[in-house]
Amino acid sequence: MSQSAHDALDTFPKWIAHHAKVRPERPAMRFKDAGIWQEWTWAQMFDIVRAYAVGLTDLGLKRGDKIAIVGTNRPKLYWSIMAAQCLGAVPVPVYADAVADEMAYVLDHAEVVMAAVQDQEQVDKLISVKDRVPSLTQIIYDEPRGLRDYDHTRLHPIHAIIERGIAMQHEGPDVRGRIDRAIEAGKAEDMSIMLYTSGTTGRSKGVMLSAGGSVKACRDTVAFDKLNDNDEVLAYLPLAWVGDHYLNYGQALVAGFCVNCPESPETAVDDRREVGATFFFAPPRVFEGMLTRIMIRMEDASALKRSMFHHFIGVAKQWGEKILNGESVPLGARLHYALGEMLVYGPLKNVMGFSKMRVGYTAGEAIGPELFSFYRSIGINLKQLYGQTEAFLYVTCQPDGQIRADTVGPPAPNVEIKISDEGELLYKSPGMFIGYFKEPEKTAETMTPDGYVRTGDSGFFDKTGHIRIIDRAKDVGKLANGALFAPKYIENKLKFYPNIKEVVAYGQGEDFVTVFINIDMTAVGNWAERNNVAYASYQELANHPDVYKIIAGHVDEVNKSLAGEPMMARSQVTRFLILPKELDADDGELTRTQKVRRSFIAERYKPLIEALYNGAKEADISLEVTFEDGRKGSISGRVRVADVQGYPVFEEKAA
Amino acid sequence: MSAPVELKRGDVMLAVENVSLRFGGVKAITDVSFDIRKGEIRAIIGPNGAGKTSMLNCINGFYHPQEGRITYKGVKREKMRPYVAASQGIARTFQNVALFKGMTTLDNIMVGRTLKMNSPFFWQIWRHGPAMNEEVAHRRFVEEIIDFLEIEHIRKVPVGKLPYGLQKRVELGRALAMEPELLLLDEPMAGMNLEEKEDMCRFIIDVSSQYGTTIALIEHDMGVVMDLSDRVVVLEYGRKIADGTPAEVKANQQVIDAYLGVGH
Repeated sequence: MSQSAHDALDTFPKWIAHHAKVRPERPAMRFKDAGIWQEWTWAQMFDIVRAYAVGLTDLGLKRGDKIAIVGTNRPKLYWSIMAAQCLGAVPVPVYADAVADEMAYVLDHAEVVMAAVQDQEQVDKLISVKDRVPSLTQIIYDEPRGLRDYDHTRLHPIHAIIERGIAMQHEGPDVRGRIDRAIEAGKAEDMSIMLYTSGTTGRSKGVMLSAGGSVKACRDTVAFDKLNDNDEVLAYLPLAWVGDHYLNYGQALVAGFCVNCPESPETAVDDRREVGATFFFAPPRVFEGMLTRIMIRMEDASALKRSMFHHFIGVAKQWGEKILNGESVPLGARLHYALGEMLVYGPLKNVMGFSKMRVGYTAGEAIGPELFSFYRSIGINLKQLYGQTEAFLYVTCQPDGQIRADTVGPPAPNVEIKISDEGELLYKSPGMFIGYFKEPEKTAETMTPDGYVRTGDSGFFDKTGHIRIIDRAKDVGKLANGALFAPKYIENKLKFYPNIKEVVAYGQGEDFVTVFINIDMTAVGNWAERNNVAYASYQELANHPDVYKIIAGHVDEVNKSLAGEPMMARSQVTRFLILPKELDADDGELTRTQKVRRSFIAERYKPLIEALYNGAKEADISLEVTFEDGRKGSISGRVRVADVQGYPVFEEKAA
Repeated sequence: MSAPVELKRGDVMLAVENVSLRFGGVKAITDVSFDIRKGEIRAIIGPNGAGKTSMLNCINGFYHPQEGRITYKGVKREKMRPYVAASQGIARTFQNVALFKGMTTLDNIMVGRTLKMNSPFFWQIWRHGPAMNEEVAHRRFVEEIIDFLEIEHIRKVPVGKLPYGLQKRVELGRALAMEPELLLLDEPMAGMNLEEKEDMCRFIIDVSSQYGTTIALIEHDMGVVMDLSDRVVVLEYGRKIADGTPAEVKANQQVIDAYLGVGH
């Protein structure tokens, strides 16, 4: 098909129709059900989506209406998005783990009239807040379990709606024609989807994205990474995150590859291995988690296996990235690496489900350089991209062969980037948002007069034309002595250690840098088991003197590494403490995409921050916590504060 | 002996009348009567050693009471073996998990289908022909249970490696695989943390509402019992001291004394 013909496909439903015509028998979607992969071809999927759209029309969904999508990655929820878009309605995916209160805010703000949800849990949440969302009239669900005795006047199973749609197509002659015409009537300027930002700094905002812009952005990156209909992805990221909508939805619909939905979130790794995913996208947190699990398993492995693992990981560290980048490497090293591939890297990649991986991306947050290098060194083509919901993801991405841990690559195709006088990164891109829903003043704040979008991140172009992101612009600060303080940078270095799950660094305007640490229950719990350390809860383990010793060791190593970097040498960590509870999105300490909300945490743990800076050895804290079902409780306890010796700073002499 | 009658919801499914059980000189159960009605969740509670598990063992034919009679679906129970109870639609779980530790979750639950497998032995040894077709159908059913109990991620894991809470869930899965009409649960929540208990409660309620299974359960956690069950029978030293709705039982002075102790 010619390029211009592709240009006519300016909405996602038109692409579905296109694939149903040109590759009707190719798989479009798979879902593991009853332990077996069930498959739908493009032609089948198009038929289902159209029937679904007929059913939704019958239920009262109209062009321009908003429909909330709540749940994990399941075909029926993806089809809900597709069917809504066919009709010109706007899907609004919502984080499935949001508590009822957060959900009520988003649904009410978005004025949704309908909600397509996964199961009883979500239905219960919606029913509990129905008074606060007056516009919501119909709820449809995928999983019938537990819902049998509910009042079904405004509650319908999705399969029944699809069946109703199929029946109606047989009744009237032109029912299907109406849907086809509705698809044709979709325009590039139409709103395609509304994604709510995770809200690192406050209430989340509804980002409106246009159909034409979204499609254009996807076409650019599909071409960039040469994705085609032979690729396979496993959709496991939250539906409400731009990353999932871009990669598993947008790119799949443009490139025509198959989206695989896992059986449950817990089986994602096994499922990925089974489908042999060729393209993978994850926030750094996922990569951290995988590395932690591998390290724990290696601790439990036999001495022979352990020494083999460490030997070959050493080899990979030395040569792996060079081989991947196509640099010249001595023959002996190549052979040594090949042996490692056979004995260690190959099996390791298989366990993680990366055996067939062509391209992997990480985004969402800066990834620790050590972590990034680890995956690349064992032969996984992991790349970084930098993006935002407002840009429909891609702002920059790394082309093959130009991959470095410290940059996020040059601007993505057709993206213009400039740096403001204050050092803030500004961009203009094809996928750029229309605006924030019902918040024109916020939209105006975010846009520059000449039409660029402010990212809120500070960065600069390096000598090779790549972008380096320093930090959230408003987080980067200075210590009292004038030294640069980039909290993210320090946090990421610490988070590389499997024992450390989360870090929050403080130091803005203070004399020295301090950190809050969350230990990783899996890794430290495993250590405790091997060393006969008894504990009853996270709180108790976190306060154990030996755990403090381990963490102090990690902090010390990080200080050593910071001391070697002229820019950062003076921001070494001087004191730290381990928080008595894990940071949790339910308590508002993290966003739903698991980013720390620094200022909120500072407010909430004020007594601890005071203790970090007033030299106290211990501090008391009492906190209100929210349980999964929304009930409140409180925890209190005494927390130790530890001091760490810094490394001397050698001032660079001016030449 | 008359044929079992078809029961409607709320009919008496199992009646225990004046049952007494002795082990030599030890009286485990003395003159206990109560009934279990179709579709309900019936709790049997009482302090340690009250005879709860012995009662359950009588119901599924493992013990034979010296006095009294048990009527199941309108038929008076003769002396019988537990497998007869199993084939009559009574399934149970145990206080101490009794799974095949070296076998996977899937295989353990498949064991629950044994009584439903009818293909000739010849084909079963080769796992071909009719035996294979049958196995596919049973596997489908077992997969539904796995989905129901949300244990997809441990389908292929040997149960010995699983944490206790999950083992309990697998055991429930095996009992469900028998498609029981009466499900006996012996302390389904013992040794669990709060979250696991909440999960288990949800599963028990779902089993009751989705499959319409009648459930009799023994439990120590009073909160769980009061929330979950339709009716409660209370035993103490082998005697029945109360029987009624959770609210009635909670207000009963004898029950309060038995649980909290009483000054003598």
